[in-house]
Amino acid sequence: MENLLNIAVKSIFIENMIFAYFLGMCSYLAVSKNVKTAFGLGIAVVFVLGATVPLNWLLQTYMLNAGALAWLGDSFKNVDLSFLQFIVFISVIAAFTQLTEMAVEKFSPALYGSLGIFLPLIAVNCSILGGSLFMAPRPYNFAEATTYGIASGIGWMIAIVALAAVREKLKYSDVPKPLKGLGITFILVGLMSLGFLSFMGFAI
Amino acid sequence: MAEVLEPKVKAPSEPAFSKKNIKLLTDPLDGNNPVTVQVLGICSALAVTVQLEPALYMAAGVTFVTAFSNLFISMLKDTIPSRIRIIVQLAIVSLWVILLDQLFKAYAFEVSKKLSVFVGLIITNCIVMGRLEAYAMANKPWPSFLDGIGNGLGYGVILVCVAFVRELFGSGSLFGFKVFEAVGITYQGNGLMMLPAGACIVVGILIWIQRARNGYSEEA
Repeated sequence: MENLLNIAVKSIFIENMIFAYFLGMCSYLAVSKNVKTAFGLGIAVVFVLGATVPLNWLLQTYMLNAGALAWLGDSFKNVDLSFLQFIVFISVIAAFTQLTEMAVEKFSPALYGSLGIFLPLIAVNCSILGGSLFMAPRPYNFAEATTYGIASGIGWMIAIVALAAVREKLKYSDVPKPLKGLGITFILVGLMSLGFLSFMGFAI
Repeated sequence: MAEVLEPKVKAPSEPAFSKKNIKLLTDPLDGNNPVTVQVLGICSALAVTVQLEPALYMAAGVTFVTAFSNLFISMLKDTIPSRIRIIVQLAIVSLWVILLDQLFKAYAFEVSKKLSVFVGLIITNCIVMGRLEAYAMANKPWPSFLDGIGNGLGYGVILVCVAFVRELFGSGSLFGFKVFEAVGITYQGNGLMMLPAGACIVVGILIWIQRARNGYSEEA
């Protein structure tokens, strides 16, 4: 339990997807203009990361790793499918987001209105694929991988909601014209990233 | 590799390097740059730019993947059902990325280790997906191929600029060669440039300079 908590704290604050690895920057910058939509996208990311990381963990452990296919019989012992990692991971992610979108659309129109529009966007969010790719070489078990997925999503959500809040206030400030929009946002992200450095070395 | 494929995809009615096609190559380098103007492909632009060498490899890799994915999607565009087009695009892109990854592992292992997951993340690099959606789905193969190369190079220019600043001021070297020591100055590396935060600030300032020069500004 303590171990899981440690992984969670580490991936929310210290190895934050945005501030330490810049994953999912494109949608991070594009959808952070107001807090409400930022929050919607954040929830969607937590959900998709929390589901695809454990799914990909299962595939990695029972299919892709060298010798992982041994459960099929002795003749599969020497099979190494690790070169298929990228295509398997991205197919799982794309299929999962597409299926979730369809399911949400059918069963909960209200949720679809607030969440559904973000789901197709998420398939191409680097943080989702990044989560799976970071998980793969680490010696996580199933519970740890799930925790890692959910916690990374939460870290991403905190980052986007915080940036959106700052950008809402930024509307009232007088930024030099060429720096407006993207430029100042980058500098902001840099400063926030510096702030998150203070969590370095923090553990439970 | 590009030279081999060129004759096959040449449009018969138009010269391969007409003015319009040249513009496809040069436009993304500055005026319509994918990173600073279209706001695509930021993730890797920040993450792989601590040193020049990996940045150069990354730029070459993205150019390769964008160009060939554009080419293939453009050839297949009439047969892809629009409902599942994202999955089809991802599959084709990941095919090229797997090839690239294996090439890097075979011929540039050290760099491949430094780039780690970021080679795989080219799959979800917004430049690749963005150009597929915005250009290759609506245009002929040869212009799409050029558009891919142009945008890959535009991305590369930004990457190299950022890496140049970061490596020079972060560790006082270029391609691992100690520049400041060579001219007799003792230089204490600037830790900020090595941090992720440094990359953000360098990119922000770069965007400022470029937009001030081009007179482009966004209403935000």
